[in-house]
Amino acid sequence: MNMAETTKLTRKEKKALKERMKHLRSGKLEKRYARMGYLFMIPWFIGAGVFLAYPLISSFWYALNNIRITPLGRVFTFVGKGNFTQILIQDPDFLVQLVDYLTSTILSTPIIVVFALLIAMMLNMRIKGKGFFRLIFFLPVIIVSGPILKMLTAEGAGSISAIDVQSLTAAIGSVLPSMLAKPISDVFSNMITTLWYSGVQILIFLSGLQKIDKSMYEAAKIDGGSGWECFWKITLPNLKSMILLNTIYTIVFISSNSQNPIIVLIQNSMFSGTKEKGYGYASAMAWLYSVVVLLLVGLFTLLLTTRKDQYEKQVKRSKKLKKKEARNLKRIERRNSRNAKRIEKQRAKGKITTHTTSRSDY
Amino acid sequence: MMGTKDREGFLKQFSVYALLICIGFIYLYPILHMISSSLMTLDDLLDSSIKWLPSSFNLENFRQAAASMDFWRALWQSVVLAGVPTICNLLSCSVIGYGLARFDFPGKKIVMGIIILSFVLPSQITMIPTYVLYSNLGIQNTIWAFVLPALFGQGFNAPIFILIFRQFFRQIPKVLIEASRIDGAGYFKSFYKVALPSAAPAFITVALFSFVWYWNESYLTELYVHGIYGDSNWTTLVIQLDNFSDNYSSYQQTATNAATDLNESINMAGTLLSILPLMILYFVLQRHFVESIDRTGITGE
Repeated sequence: MNMAETTKLTRKEKKALKERMKHLRSGKLEKRYARMGYLFMIPWFIGAGVFLAYPLISSFWYALNNIRITPLGRVFTFVGKGNFTQILIQDPDFLVQLVDYLTSTILSTPIIVVFALLIAMMLNMRIKGKGFFRLIFFLPVIIVSGPILKMLTAEGAGSISAIDVQSLTAAIGSVLPSMLAKPISDVFSNMITTLWYSGVQILIFLSGLQKIDKSMYEAAKIDGGSGWECFWKITLPNLKSMILLNTIYTIVFISSNSQNPIIVLIQNSMFSGTKEKGYGYASAMAWLYSVVVLLLVGLFTLLLTTRKDQYEKQVKRSKKLKKKEARNLKRIERRNSRNAKRIEKQRAKGKITTHTTSRSDY
Repeated sequence: MMGTKDREGFLKQFSVYALLICIGFIYLYPILHMISSSLMTLDDLLDSSIKWLPSSFNLENFRQAAASMDFWRALWQSVVLAGVPTICNLLSCSVIGYGLARFDFPGKKIVMGIIILSFVLPSQITMIPTYVLYSNLGIQNTIWAFVLPALFGQGFNAPIFILIFRQFFRQIPKVLIEASRIDGAGYFKSFYKVALPSAAPAFITVALFSFVWYWNESYLTELYVHGIYGDSNWTTLVIQLDNFSDNYSSYQQTATNAATDLNESINMAGTLLSILPLMILYFVLQRHFVESIDRTGITGE
C-alpha cells in the first residue's frame, strides 16, 4: 500500500498490479510452502477450535442463561442480560472485589516494573557476585504459587517487619481518602509478595540492557552527557518494547494468580447451590472480568505506546521545519516569476526603459 | 574493552552493593523465616526471646507435616502431573513455533494475533465450558485434562512457549534449511534433523518453565484434575498445601501417637516441604534457569 501511495498509481494501474501480483503469488512452490505451513499449524488449529473458540462462544451462551444442574442433566433457561444485571446490581461482592482488583493492579504494576528495571540496572553494572544476586532475584519465580503465598501471608512472612505497617497505614489514611488509602496500604503490607512477582521481569530487562550498544554510551559520554541523561535518552528508549512486554506480563500474571479474590469468587459461584447462581452466573462474571482485564491491558498498552520518545519528536519537528522552508521557497519562486512576467509585459509596452525605475521585492 | 574500564567511585559502588544486599535479604526473608520457624518446637515459638535461631534442631514438624500431606504420593503425582503435560507442550509448541517461523501462509498475522490474545485473556472465561467439555468427554479428574490441551498447543501458558520457539527457529539461518532441502530432505526431515537439534536451548527453557508453571498451578489443577470436591485420586503438593489445615486435622484424628495441634511451625514445615523439590531443581539447574531468557531472545519481539 505504501508503495502504491508513493508512486501515485492510478486506479487502473493499481488494479493491474494487483492482478499481476495475484498471478505471481500462485507459484507452485509458494503454494506448496503455504500448504506445508498449514500442516505444521494443524495441532494449533485443532486446539484453538476445541479449547479456545468453542469454550469462548459457549461461555457467552452460558452467560445469557440460567443453568441448573438436575439429575437429568443441565437445564438452560434463557435470561438474556439477567445474569449481568444481577451481578452488577445485587451481588454484594463482585463489584467491590473488581474495584479492589483494578486499583491494586494499577498501583502495583508500575511498582513491579520500575522495581524490576532498577534491579536489572544495578545487576548490569560491573559488580562482583552478579550470578549470586541473579540467583536470589529469580528464586521467587520458581516457588511463587497461590497456596504458598496464602500460607506466607497468613503467617506474617509476607511483609517486612522492619517497616511499621500500622503507622504507615495510619499516615496514608490521614492524607488520602479512604478509597485510595486502602489499596495503597495493602500494597505496602504485602510488599514482599509484590516484589516477588518481578523475577521474570528482572531477567527480561537484564537481557534487554545487555543488548544496548555500549558505543552509544561512549558517544554520549564524549558529548558530555551525564549518567542521568544517558538513562533517559539511551536506556529508556531502547527498553521501550521490553517495558510494554513486562507490563503486560505483570498484569496477566496478577490476573491469573489464584490469590486473586475475583477468580475465587467465580469458582465459588460456579459450584454454588443457590437457584440464581451456577454455571451461567459464573460465566457472566468471567466475561465481565475478562473484559476488564483486556481493557486494563489495552489502557497500559496505549499509555506506553502513544508516548513518542525524544528522537522521534525531533525528527518530526525538523521535518515540519523543512516543509515550511520548502513552502516558503516555492512562494518566493512564484512571486519572482510573477514579477518577471509583469516586468516583461511592461517592457513590451515600452513603458520601462531602465532597470532602476522598476519596483522589485529583492 | 580491557583498558578502558573507568573507575566508579567507591561510594557509588558501596551503595549499589548495600542496596542489592538489602533487597536480596527482603527477597529471602520469607524463606529464611520459613526455614527457621519450621525447625522450632512449640516452646521456641512461644518464647519471645527466640527470634531466628531455634534452641534445638527439631525435625518433628517435618515428620508430621509430611505424614499429613501424604508427601511421597503427592510428590510422585506432582512430578507426573507437571512432567507429562510438559513433554506434550514441547512436542506441540515446537511444531507450531516452527510452522510460524519458517512458513508464510495466508492468515499468519491473524494466527499470531489470536495467540497473543489467548495469552492475555484470563483462563476463567473458557474455564466453565471447558469443565463441561471434559466431563462430557469423561476425562475430567484424570491427567488427560492436562495432556489433551497441551498436545494441541493450548496448554497452560502455551502462547509464551510458542513464541519462544518461533523466535528461536527464526534465528536459525535459512540457508541451513535450504541446504538440507537441496540435499533431498523433506519438510519434516529438515525440521527434525536440522532445526530441532539446534534448538536445544529453547527446549531446555520451555521444559523448565513449563514444568515449574504446571507444578505451581493450583486453581486449574484443582478444578480439572484434583476435582473441586476432592473426588479424584490425583493430587499435587501445592494442592495438599492449599488444604493443609483440613488434611492436618483429619490426620490428627487418625494418628495413633498424640499429634500436636496445628501451629505455625507445622504450617511452615508443610510449606517448605511443598517447595523443596522445586528449590532443589532450581539450585541444580540454576544456570539454565537464569540464562534461559537471555538465550531464547524473547526480548527481540
